[in-house]
Amino acid sequence: MKNRRDFLKSAATGAALLGAQSKLGLASMIDQHAVTSKSKVVVAKDPALHGTAAQPDEKRVADLLDRAIAAYTGIHNQAEAWKKIVPAGKVIGLKTNGLGGRGICTHLALINAVCERLQQAGVKPGNIVIWDRNARDLQVCGLTINTDPSKVRCYGSDVSGFEEQPMKWGTASVKFSKILTRDCDMVIGLPILKDHEIAGVTFAMKNMYGVVQHPWELHGSNCNPSVADLNCIPVVREKVRFTIGDAISSVYEGGPGFHPERLWYPNSLIVGEDRVAIDHTALQMIERKRAEAGVPTLEAAGRPAHYIATAADAAHQLGTNDPARIHLMEV
Amino acid sequence: MKLLSTKWMLAAVAIAAVAAIGSTGCKKAKVNAFPDSGAVAGWQKSGDTRVYEAKNLYEYIDGGAEEYISAGVVTTSTADYKYQSGLEATVDVHTMNDAAGAQKIMDHGQTRDAKSVQLGDAGIAYAQSVIFRKGPYLVRIVAYEATPDAPQALLALAHGIEAKL
Repeated sequence: MKNRRDFLKSAATGAALLGAQSKLGLASMIDQHAVTSKSKVVVAKDPALHGTAAQPDEKRVADLLDRAIAAYTGIHNQAEAWKKIVPAGKVIGLKTNGLGGRGICTHLALINAVCERLQQAGVKPGNIVIWDRNARDLQVCGLTINTDPSKVRCYGSDVSGFEEQPMKWGTASVKFSKILTRDCDMVIGLPILKDHEIAGVTFAMKNMYGVVQHPWELHGSNCNPSVADLNCIPVVREKVRFTIGDAISSVYEGGPGFHPERLWYPNSLIVGEDRVAIDHTALQMIERKRAEAGVPTLEAAGRPAHYIATAADAAHQLGTNDPARIHLMEV
Repeated sequence: MKLLSTKWMLAAVAIAAVAAIGSTGCKKAKVNAFPDSGAVAGWQKSGDTRVYEAKNLYEYIDGGAEEYISAGVVTTSTADYKYQSGLEATVDVHTMNDAAGAQKIMDHGQTRDAKSVQLGDAGIAYAQSVIFRKGPYLVRIVAYEATPDAPQALLALAHGIEAKL
């Protein structure tokens, strides 16, 4: 872990340094995007992934992840593909989401598959940190708390603590988990797709509420512009570089908690770098399901996910929600 | 001697009655709604009861807490259970300020496939969950698998909880 002086030093040089580190791994894809001028989003689906059992088939989840990453990178050798995503020799955080409890949290099979592929790409086990708000959020996913650096680490912000000084951008003034600020060089978001009572939908960007000390302070006005503002803070913007969104199961109404009567199985992973494009894609999936189930649109329900458009606006520029600028690959 | 003890007994009863009225008037009496292991056939309580007050309900259902707070939640207690078949479930008991608050929450979340059941003041059941209200209490039981025995097992657990409210 970095001490306070080291942290302040890196925070001061912040965005440029972190951005440079991340671009090492993502360079080829960024170049590819520059050619097409579109944000690539891969939706990988396996209709047989999940039935009514509590957990999906592990082998199928790993295969689906491989398919998604191969489609995204254009590389079929998994170790080589992952080397394009993660920088060498760095600590990679996996920010899961266990807020909704056992029934609707990031699937253990997916977390395990990502850890396995990272190690095949040369990431040392101790350089992988699975993390969330606290032990409870991790344990509901089926994870075991471990701080032994010789193995894949897994602990919450209740172990690391939070920075004393808040960081600010727009309406967001937050104290970050030290796991984000000090322990990890790059973070891959592993959110789970859910309807959200206030925000409308929670996925890639809203998952960052779990990296701050008092997330409830960011819920006003349907979380708009707080979600976008929070993601604009350099330590989030630059470190959280990739999303492997869990849409294996989801709740289309009544979220973010577990409501089995509103559970559905998209049996999908949504993968990409552009967090706005990913959330836009996820929003369309939720809205389609709501229409199919006969429940009102999120707008009509009084909780439009306007923060997605805000994140794409000129002030934030976190990505695009313009379908014409999203290269959606369904595999 | 007998007269003296009778007077003391009456005084003690009066004090106890005043204390009881005072406690229920100011705040909800603490009710343990969670059946012990084996109290409902086939069900084991698999963990401690966790209690959240309105002010820290965010820790349990961040993002979803607002709905309960606006309906007047006082405390939310939760515990996990396991059925003999391996089915696992979580029980949430929300103590609201009044019955209207419990009704507001319950009415909000209903879907077309809700099946009405005889529980408390009103109850509904789905394949993997049972929800009912009784006075200021709103109880929600969810199972993590849709097994064939889930509906009956959840209903039995719900009756066990209702009897303790």
